Amino acid sequence: MTNTDWPLWEVFVRSRRGLSHTHAGSLHAPDAEMALRNARDLYTRRSEGVSLWVVPSSAITASSPDEKDPFFEPAADKPYRHPTFYEIPEGVRHL
Amino acid sequence: MSAAPAPVSAPAALALGDDALVLSHRLGEWAGHAPVLEEEVALANIALDLLGQARVLLSLVGDEDELAYLREERAFRNLQLVEQPNGDFAHTIARQLYFSTYQMLLYGQLAAGDGPFAPLAAKAVKEVAYHQDHAEHWTVRLGDGTDESHERMQRGCDALWRFTGEMFQPVEGVDVDWQAMAAAWHESITSVLERATLTVPEGPQRGAWAAGAGRQGLHTEPFGRMLAEMQHLHRSHPGATW
Repeated sequence: MTNTDWPLWEVFVRSRRGLSHTHAGSLHAPDAEMALRNARDLYTRRSEGVSLWVVPSSAITASSPDEKDPFFEPAADKPYRHPTFYEIPEGVRHL
Repeated sequence: MSAAPAPVSAPAALALGDDALVLSHRLGEWAGHAPVLEEEVALANIALDLLGQARVLLSLVGDEDELAYLREERAFRNLQLVEQPNGDFAHTIARQLYFSTYQMLLYGQLAAGDGPFAPLAAKAVKEVAYHQDHAEHWTVRLGDGTDESHERMQRGCDALWRFTGEMFQPVEGVDVDWQAMAAAWHESITSVLERATLTVPEGPQRGAWAAGAGRQGLHTEPFGRMLAEMQHLHRSHPGATW
């Protein structure tokens, strides 16, 4: 352990009936294969039919908190920019 | 733990149950001592799988607690392989490799058959497939790792080799092709060790002193100490419930 590099991995899990992968947590592993195995033990308890993604943390680019305002702030006084006036039909919800 | 409709051979359930129980206890000894946190969880997971198998099997014979905690060493029917001390991590992995490969073949055959163990084996075989995968991965990583890890992995494989012959000694009530299993085991182990750049040990697969061995209740010296630790509490407070 001391001589080897165990980088951090982020784990995304899709549960059996889930529609998308959700970030579940992180772990250390020497490579992707081991990261998958460890993720299985730590985050899925081996329930059948789940899908796992592991991504090296270093591969993730995050948006910066400093730029939050120009980046995310919606123009609240321009309601026509928000598609909230439409009724979404039941069957479309998961598209 | 539902009662199996088909009659179950007590010696068979005891042999398979004791294998799982004893190995589970050995793996439990790693708790808090594994090389990395993630591996800690993996070993505990395997231990819990095995304990679950042991509980089902022992319950077929009698009261699981009584069987686990009140039997003397000579009444245990586990293989000598599983009672061997953990040693270093490579040693533990070698033991896992030998045993999980055996268990995979055994439960695979049992699950495919229509004997009394078929339903149980069908459940266990999924767990065992993971145990085998785990052991094979680590064998390759350590064998094909650094000079030191290679040497330690080889040492583990060599040291435990003489306990492997016992696995293919027929168990009363277990209806499988033992010879075919021994051949398949050898083939599987050879291919993993080759991938791991390790040498398949050449010595005899059983010690001369170990005739019959664990399956007849003859155990190695470290087993007594392990049992003393495992049974201590129950024997100190007989009849207690928890």
